[in-house]
Amino acid sequence: MKKTKLGLLFSRVRYEEKLLFQAAQRHAAVQLVPLNTNDLVLDFCTLPDVDVVLDREISQSRALHVLNMLENTGVKTVNSLDTARIGGDKVLTSQQLRKAGIPTPRVKVAFTREAALRGIEELGYPVVLKPVDGSWGRLMAKIENRTAAEAILEHKAHLSSHYHGVFYLQEYVSKPDRDIRAFVIGGKTVAAAFRSADHWLTNAALGAKAYPCPITPELDALCVKACQAVGGEAIAVDLMETKDGFTVHEVNCAMEFKASMNALEVDLPGLLIDHCVRVGHEDRKG
Amino acid sequence: MSNCPECGGVLKLSPDVIAHEILDCPTCGTELEVMSVDPIKIALAPEEEEDWGE
Repeated sequence: MKKTKLGLLFSRVRYEEKLLFQAAQRHAAVQLVPLNTNDLVLDFCTLPDVDVVLDREISQSRALHVLNMLENTGVKTVNSLDTARIGGDKVLTSQQLRKAGIPTPRVKVAFTREAALRGIEELGYPVVLKPVDGSWGRLMAKIENRTAAEAILEHKAHLSSHYHGVFYLQEYVSKPDRDIRAFVIGGKTVAAAFRSADHWLTNAALGAKAYPCPITPELDALCVKACQAVGGEAIAVDLMETKDGFTVHEVNCAMEFKASMNALEVDLPGLLIDHCVRVGHEDRKG
Repeated sequence: MSNCPECGGVLKLSPDVIAHEILDCPTCGTELEVMSVDPIKIALAPEEEEDWGE
């Protein structure tokens, strides 16, 4: 049987990437091709000899450029350039979720402090201000009142990146002291974990604790639909429980699963590699 | 085995350590990167960039 040449795009080998490397090396149908973006020199003609690439690059900007160049020469990537672009931008994510009819918190977008203040007051306090391209709970603020809004918006205006000129404002959703991270691979919700914290932010990166969450038919259907809404094949969907049901607040393309895997008995790295093998095989048949 | 470039503390590396693996120094907590495994070479890991994440 011809092995699938699986390119693993990375620049940093964290817990997740190490497990993925090991899963790929163990897989009988995989020839692993490590692609360290620190070493890549790309042009538009000569590209890595791979059947499929799994994107595990930690830098969003690098990932987008590499995925773009790979896809333009016909290399299949997991996830696609479009999905990475949507997942890496909260405005695009919210837009796609809304278009697909997926329950998601109300959002307003503004481009000046004055307009952002109006947007905040239209949503009503408290409001969550997020960087449009942020991750790991970084630079997020829960704004409780106008005084705090004015101060935070002024501070944000002095941050150097042009992304901080986009004010992504999200209604604050009252939830239990936890959210849910669900893992969708190949069109199926394969695992889910509650993430619990005393803080309103429940990112594992900030110390939230994970424990198993049952995958009900409702949760599965919603997560699969959220994954489809962003064109994803391997996505971590973040949801909250409200009195009206689940609401999806984020999708994550290069899913992190360290905290969840310690709580779940699911071989997420193995499932990801299996999916890439299927994708590579189907691409060769096509 | 190796030593932390920041504090000199002893680093006990796992037998399956791989190149570019990230680990924390158990003595000072500094984030480190395994630059190579043969020979073992350890450096400070790059600092978090604004566009890092999932």
